[in-house]
Amino acid sequence: MNRSYSKSSTLRCLDRVAVEVKSKFGAEFRRFSLSRYKPGKFDEFYGLILHTHNISNMDILIGYADVHGDLLPINNDDNFCKAISMANPLLRVFVQRKEEVDYNLFGTDSLTRKKKPLAGLRNDTLRKRVHLSISIPQDFRPVSSIIDVDILPETHRRVRLYKHGCEKPLGFYIRDGTSVRVTAHGLEKVPGIFISRLVPGGLAESTGLLAVNDEVLEVNGIEVMGKTLDQVTDMMIANSHNLIITVKPVNQRNNVNRSSRMSGSSGNSNDSTTSHHSLPSAHVVQNYNPEEESDEEADIIIEGCGELQSIPVKLPSSSFTSSRMNTGNLSQRLQKELTLNGSVKKNNGNILKTLSAIKAEARHSLALSRGGIEEDGTVITL
Amino acid sequence: MMKFRFRRPGNDPQREKLKLELFAFNKTVEHGFPNQPSSLAYDPKIQLMAIATKTGAVKIYGAPGVEFTGLHKEAATVTQMHFLPGQGRLLSLLDDNSIHLWEIGQKNSYSHLEEVCSLTLPGRPGFDCANSPSITRITVIMLKSCCDMACLGTEGGGVYFLDLPSLQLLDGKTLFQDEVLQSVPDDYKCGKALGPVESLQEHPTDPDKILIGYSRGLVLLWGQATHSVEDLFLGNQQLESISWERSSRTFVSSHSDGGYMVWPVNSARCKTQPLTSSIPYGPFPCKAINKILWRTSETGSPFVIFSGGMPRASYGDRHCITIMQGKLQVTLDFTSRVIDFFTVHDIDPEQEYDNPRALLVLVEEELVAVDLQTPGWPTITSPYLAPLHSSAITCSYHISNIPIKLWERIICAGKQQNPPHSTMEWPINGGKNLAPEPVHKGLLLTGHEDGTVRFWDASSVSLKPLYKLTTANIFQTEADHSESFPQSGEEEWPPFRKVGCFDPYSDDPRLGIQKISLCKYSSQLVVAGTAGQVLVMEFNDERSEQKMSLSSVDLLQDREGFTWKGHDRLTPKGGLVSFAPGFQPRFLVQCIPPAAVTAVTLHTEWQLVAFGTSHGFGVFDYYRQQAVLARCTLHPNDSLAMEGPLSRVKSLKKSLRQSFRRIRKSRVSGKKRLSPSSPASKVQEANAQLAEQAGPREVEVTPVQRRIEPRSADDSLSGVVRCLYFADTFLRDATHHGPTMWAGTNAGSVYAYALEVPSREKWTEKSAEAVLGKEIQLMHRAPVVSIAVLDGRGNPLPEPFEVSRDLAKAPEMQGSHSVLIVSEEQFKVFTLPRVTAKTKFKLTAHEGSRVRKLGLMNFPSIASDDYSENCLVCLTNLGDVHIFTIPGLRPQIRYDCIRKEDISGIASCVFTKTGQGFYLISPSEFERFSLSTRNITEPHCVVGWEGPIDHLNPVTSLCNNLQQRSPKMNQANGTHKLQSKEEYNSLGAADAVLTSHWTQRVT
Repeated sequence: MNRSYSKSSTLRCLDRVAVEVKSKFGAEFRRFSLSRYKPGKFDEFYGLILHTHNISNMDILIGYADVHGDLLPINNDDNFCKAISMANPLLRVFVQRKEEVDYNLFGTDSLTRKKKPLAGLRNDTLRKRVHLSISIPQDFRPVSSIIDVDILPETHRRVRLYKHGCEKPLGFYIRDGTSVRVTAHGLEKVPGIFISRLVPGGLAESTGLLAVNDEVLEVNGIEVMGKTLDQVTDMMIANSHNLIITVKPVNQRNNVNRSSRMSGSSGNSNDSTTSHHSLPSAHVVQNYNPEEESDEEADIIIEGCGELQSIPVKLPSSSFTSSRMNTGNLSQRLQKELTLNGSVKKNNGNILKTLSAIKAEARHSLALSRGGIEEDGTVITL
Repeated sequence: MMKFRFRRPGNDPQREKLKLELFAFNKTVEHGFPNQPSSLAYDPKIQLMAIATKTGAVKIYGAPGVEFTGLHKEAATVTQMHFLPGQGRLLSLLDDNSIHLWEIGQKNSYSHLEEVCSLTLPGRPGFDCANSPSITRITVIMLKSCCDMACLGTEGGGVYFLDLPSLQLLDGKTLFQDEVLQSVPDDYKCGKALGPVESLQEHPTDPDKILIGYSRGLVLLWGQATHSVEDLFLGNQQLESISWERSSRTFVSSHSDGGYMVWPVNSARCKTQPLTSSIPYGPFPCKAINKILWRTSETGSPFVIFSGGMPRASYGDRHCITIMQGKLQVTLDFTSRVIDFFTVHDIDPEQEYDNPRALLVLVEEELVAVDLQTPGWPTITSPYLAPLHSSAITCSYHISNIPIKLWERIICAGKQQNPPHSTMEWPINGGKNLAPEPVHKGLLLTGHEDGTVRFWDASSVSLKPLYKLTTANIFQTEADHSESFPQSGEEEWPPFRKVGCFDPYSDDPRLGIQKISLCKYSSQLVVAGTAGQVLVMEFNDERSEQKMSLSSVDLLQDREGFTWKGHDRLTPKGGLVSFAPGFQPRFLVQCIPPAAVTAVTLHTEWQLVAFGTSHGFGVFDYYRQQAVLARCTLHPNDSLAMEGPLSRVKSLKKSLRQSFRRIRKSRVSGKKRLSPSSPASKVQEANAQLAEQAGPREVEVTPVQRRIEPRSADDSLSGVVRCLYFADTFLRDATHHGPTMWAGTNAGSVYAYALEVPSREKWTEKSAEAVLGKEIQLMHRAPVVSIAVLDGRGNPLPEPFEVSRDLAKAPEMQGSHSVLIVSEEQFKVFTLPRVTAKTKFKLTAHEGSRVRKLGLMNFPSIASDDYSENCLVCLTNLGDVHIFTIPGLRPQIRYDCIRKEDISGIASCVFTKTGQGFYLISPSEFERFSLSTRNITEPHCVVGWEGPIDHLNPVTSLCNNLQQRSPKMNQANGTHKLQSKEEYNSLGAADAVLTSHWTQRVT
């Protein structure tokens, strides 16, 4: 985190250079300032917001009030720059938990208090049209992606299916078959594994990235050549939480044309729209990042201890001074952790209810993600 | 993706060298009784016995520890075998009509068996089909006593001669039936052929003469030198076999009508009537006497020993061998078919009598030896070829390093159980066992279907039975009343005597043993069975009478909506029950519902036993006799768990259910879907999904396809408890360690309990308590097959009493402990007490194979005496063995061990702690293998015979140059074999002197 954003820097005197930021999260306000000319990147700003509000493990949406009094999102470098440049001189920032966001608030008429009746009509026609279609990629749950386009031959396609938290079945079947390979002895028939069936409505079918008779070449980076159908089945099931299959599509007409400008994997926001259009089949095109492996399944550890009823909560030993943490906040955080885990579906924010349920029936009970515990050091003992 | 690229094992040359010093895969020896034996041979000169099987395996046995194994390249039935006496050579005949010559060769001063050459008799192609048997099909082989020639009797009635050991057909000498027929009187011929050659016997005193018996009944004495018929015996009964009397004055023939005849051999050229003729089990029609032996004895009448001949109607289904000597007669009654038999007798031509010492009978499921010198003809206990499968093996368990005290007590109890009937030494004692006396005693325990646990000495090459524990006598069973076979056979005819111990029939399947756990230091044992019975036993040197104390533990814990539909529990006997010295029950815990016990573990220091079934697990304090813990692991949706293992309804019900679903689904599919949140629609969806699961097979017949879907949380039988484990470790906090109990289920759940075990002094005041400490749900939900706690140094924790008795180093309690949790798909090491993942290896994701068996083993280095490593060894469903470091979980090496199709072999595999393993290669045989360079148990033996033979035969020297390996050795991993060899060479050097001076042993 860039310390230059720290609120300790006293830039207030330099009115022209500094943009005063007033950030509101729930009932809490934070004030700090940013350089108007070197605002930095959005990611840094996002980190700063989390940092100052001491909500480092939350997913949030950041919005600001523009000159017209509309609540507009800050979610990339462009609109962040715009927000800074428009600040006059105060930039009012609104932070919301992602789960709680009411998207209706965004856009026109969002901050009615400040709004002048006709102000919106002037230049917001464009925005109105966009209102429904604008979406922040992070707001969508990815279900599949094409990855490693840059390193694979054009005839192959590496598809990642995101099963986690998804109600849909993966929904495909594989079979034995033979494929023709070019070898030193000319063309040769070799045994191969093929997709034999897609279940209607299943994840595999709905992505449009896999088709019947596609040959499966790799499963999560491991070649299937020489492996039996049962072995490949077991490999796929073992990787089902994050399945990456490299296929040789039976239909080679939809292949990514490498010579074109497009690079679906660049992840650059500038051409993200083009990549969307050039790959209509992909719901979300996203670069595969090896570090993302960390999102891999975390085993659930339930700390259990027969008799104890109290819930001692160790606060995170962070260096931040702001520690006005009310119980509502804690319960929200707990709830979030619970929800993230996906194993507790029925909790409705009432932490005590949840906790009492744990004692009675540990199986359906509080399940804290191990990652969550590690990150902020919270230990919960029941 | 990147991750996989980085995971490539580093080629650190030092580590590679170390691996070679630690690991080597060898299949070493096969224990038990050869499956489906088909023939038997005996070499009276060097006292070796050979058994061959329907799969083409040849096994040679001599003195205990002297064993050779060979395998014909063709997997055909071995129909006959004959030793070339005194030469260490063996001739085998396969049912594809090929003859093979085997030789016991010497290599590295150890003997081994190898095939030297083979021959197929040229048949007539046109006739070589099923309904017209080839005339050159060999029916019988006879070796001349001088061993330079073999005579082959054929289906067509011709007798061929074969030079030995070159297996060259001596064309000019062939004796065709036409030639014989010229000498046969016309009234006997009646224009009919003589039929196939049934028997060939060399004249006891004149090697030039051969007795040839034809199927139709004709027997003739053929002079080879004169090429003429010297004697004719015109039998009219269909011939089965013939046997000379030692003096060569008479011979005996056995026939298909159940009779035998004694013929005189004298100057009269043609005999039409035998001296005597009798049908021992007449007068009603009898079955054929397949083989008969006539052995003279100095002390009395000659022995007549024959197989078969039983009265067809009343005892036609018995498998019998009759021994007759004068008026004495015993009908040995076997439980399986008689394959062949021979006697061990005097072969010294100077002696006047045979004086048979022992009769060895090979039946389909065991080998039985009878002492013919002791009155009453008792059986002799065999030192090898143990009938492991006398009742089907249901589980096995190995403990290494048995304290000598317990070892002796077990042996003593076993002797009292089975007092030796005969004082005779094992009569087959050829060869010399050079393997050093095993340093450590290893016990292999096999649980059987009939409720017995057999204790085997697994320390050396021959697996010897030590002791048999019976649990059936604790319970009331129907078979209680007719236990003993009626022995008051005064008026009974025939005089049957049950011999052998193969008894495949189980009185009650509920008695079957499922899990065993033995504490070698406290001599306590837990045996758990099919009907949820958990027996805690303790060794007692004295006979005792006691009343069974029993307690039941309800594992359902009042879970609603479950009704057990399986078998009832076993009822223990009321009143006092008498127990022989050995393991005697101390307490019986009965699981409710009485489902088969799936996991059991024992901690004798804490006096706790833990057990699990498909419904849950419990911990029982057998000292205070009270339950400490019971936990239900059933998933609410799991109804299959209640059906019981013996239910045949299960599969039928399931398939019915699925077909109904399919119908329902087809009806539903047309209608619009309900809103996805309603429970009704979820049920429907689930049903539809299930129907789909079963569907595609029927819809698309070809090809086979597999569904790719992650394991769901409510798969059936998810509650099965797969492993239980006691450990003294840090569960609640990092400063206080204490007793813990761990349980893992089929659904990937791990439960860890902190136990409050009162100290010895307060044992009577306080009771043990269990508090749930941690629950871990593995997200991949694969069955948890093993749990082990590693100490601060990464070593597995010692067993109970090992530390307190100074038998093991105390575990490192300072550094942080970690727990190794192994599921069918992954290995994971978590830190304790926080349970954060430290290392892992995703086997299934990488290899596509699943964990079937697991062991923590210690591998001592072959290069250095004080270096060893603890490793994780796993056998996968593909039959390969992987070795991993702990706690780093780095893959070290992989060996192919078992064919992946051999599911029962994989399921039966058991590892020792010292780098060896066993698995069943047939219902009756354990293959032993070793993964360690240091701990190898394999036969090291020599067989000696008269020196000159070797340079007489060019064949031998030729094959010595070939440096052929026996098939057994070919299976071994070649690269690592070398390592172990070196050790043997140094070891064998000392024996070389011994071997060279070792000559023929003739009694």
